[in-house]
Amino acid sequence: MKSKRPVPGHQVLLQGFLEGSVRGLARAISVVENERDGFQDLLHTVMTSGPQTKRVGFTGPPGAGKSSIVAAVATAYRGLEEHLGIVAVDPTSPYSGGALLGDRIRMNDIATDPGIFIRSMATRGSLGGLATATKEVVDLMDSFGFDRVLVETVGVGQTELEVTAAADTVVVVLVPESGDAIQAMKAGLMEVADIFVVNKADRPGAPRLVKELRQALHLRSGRALRDIPAHHGVDLGKAMKLERVSDASEQEGEEWAVPVLTTNALTGEGVDKLLETVEAHRRWLVESGELGVLRRARSGIRIRDVVDREMRRVAWNSERVNGLLTQGVEEIALGRGTPYSAADNILRALLRQRA
Amino acid sequence: MSDERKIRVLVAKPGLDGHDRGAKVIASAFRDAGFEVVYTGLHQTPEMIVNAAIQEDVDVVAMSVLSGAHMTLFPRVKALLDELGADHILLTGGGIIPENDVADLELEGIGRLFGPGTSTSDAIAYVKEWFSTTDDA
Ligand SMILES: Nc1nc2c(ncn2[C@@H]2O[C@H](COP(=O)(O)OP(=O)(O)OP(=O)(O)O)[C@@H](O)[C@H]2O)c(=O)[nH]1
Ligand SMILES: [Mg+2]
Repeated sequence: MKSKRPVPGHQVLLQGFLEGSVRGLARAISVVENERDGFQDLLHTVMTSGPQTKRVGFTGPPGAGKSSIVAAVATAYRGLEEHLGIVAVDPTSPYSGGALLGDRIRMNDIATDPGIFIRSMATRGSLGGLATATKEVVDLMDSFGFDRVLVETVGVGQTELEVTAAADTVVVVLVPESGDAIQAMKAGLMEVADIFVVNKADRPGAPRLVKELRQALHLRSGRALRDIPAHHGVDLGKAMKLERVSDASEQEGEEWAVPVLTTNALTGEGVDKLLETVEAHRRWLVESGELGVLRRARSGIRIRDVVDREMRRVAWNSERVNGLLTQGVEEIALGRGTPYSAADNILRALLRQRA
Repeated sequence: MSDERKIRVLVAKPGLDGHDRGAKVIASAFRDAGFEVVYTGLHQTPEMIVNAAIQEDVDVVAMSVLSGAHMTLFPRVKALLDELGADHILLTGGGIIPENDVADLELEGIGRLFGPGTSTSDAIAYVKEWFSTTDDA
């Protein structure tokens, strides 16, 4: 009774994808997520027309209500006839390598809507709130033709900077229980947020958190970041955000003032306002030219990622390189070399090989 | 090129009863066995289950059925999977299911079903063994 899983020939898979088959998309995501042979060709083939879709990220501490808000927001977008892709990331257990992906539990109301495609991903050891392949999965969804893609990060409560490299608009979801505004600042969320949402507005403490956040944002908008050099030990994702801030402050009147909203994801209160605000941010992105800046920065990150991955793959799959590695180890043992001389030999060989 | 592929499993809890203890136990056991487990919560309809299975591109759907409706639920989900071109997915599960019914369901192409007394390690071993026979492992 065991039917064999069909190994999708590249063409079959691609054809399904291009024809808009849900199964084609689902399989393509797996191929990319598992880095199956040919996954880069697949991405290359489908990503021909550049980014089209609107990407909205949702991040924030565990249990803040990210999934519930994504579900509420998705319902509202469906009311506007948008087709949606949703990617929800949950952590891989460092002990077993397994994962319990539970974000769909909050999305049951939209689970059979043919206009919505939901995919859960495990981090598989990646830090920063997303899985390594999440950005590529969003690209796939973009190419598939969704009007909008919603990305939910892991609720790690740390600096989830990765999401800035995957989304045009980042919504940071906080709750009164997740701590005060100082904690949000310490976690780096001020730099990440385009929009703050204080969810569980039905709980006591919500108004106070809103007030604190507004105060903290006000302090920050005093150009505190303008003087930070963008390339000193700051990674590209962060530099991107900093650049945004400094750019904006140079163009008087064009700065995006980060709003603080409240929602109750269970009743849907505040969701319309959130949608309006996401649209306002979109308009700002387009009108200020920031969207172009953002997409260029994102492409830069992606190119670097691909090159890093390819270099590693080419290097450690090469017999010559592995031979040089062994040789280097021996030389070090005999006191005739260092890791640096060995690495230098390897890099030279690699560059010659690829030239 | 990559490490061995993760086994993806949808643990599904169909029906109207409000007990998902069994489903949660098996979901965590699968996680601890290194599987990536999608859990969707209570009250899943066959349509919801199959929809999620396809979008999530799982290898296995494991249903927990305690309501006595196994003779309709398992064949219904199997039929929907087949209809949507997802007949490569293993449909298995557990619950309070009489021996005779287990045999009948197996004849309909449904994988092994685990009764109340069985240990989670049996189910894990079964899924691993099944997975190792698929082409795309
Ligand atoms: N009272 C109240 N409860 C809420 C609200 N929004 C979400 N919840 C509940 O909060 C819990 C967590 O919600 P989720 O949407 O799963 O939160 P999450 O941020 O996605 O959680 P993780 O993905 O695990 O980090 C659930 O029990 C929700 O029902 C709200 O506005 N008010
Ligand atoms: Mg969630």
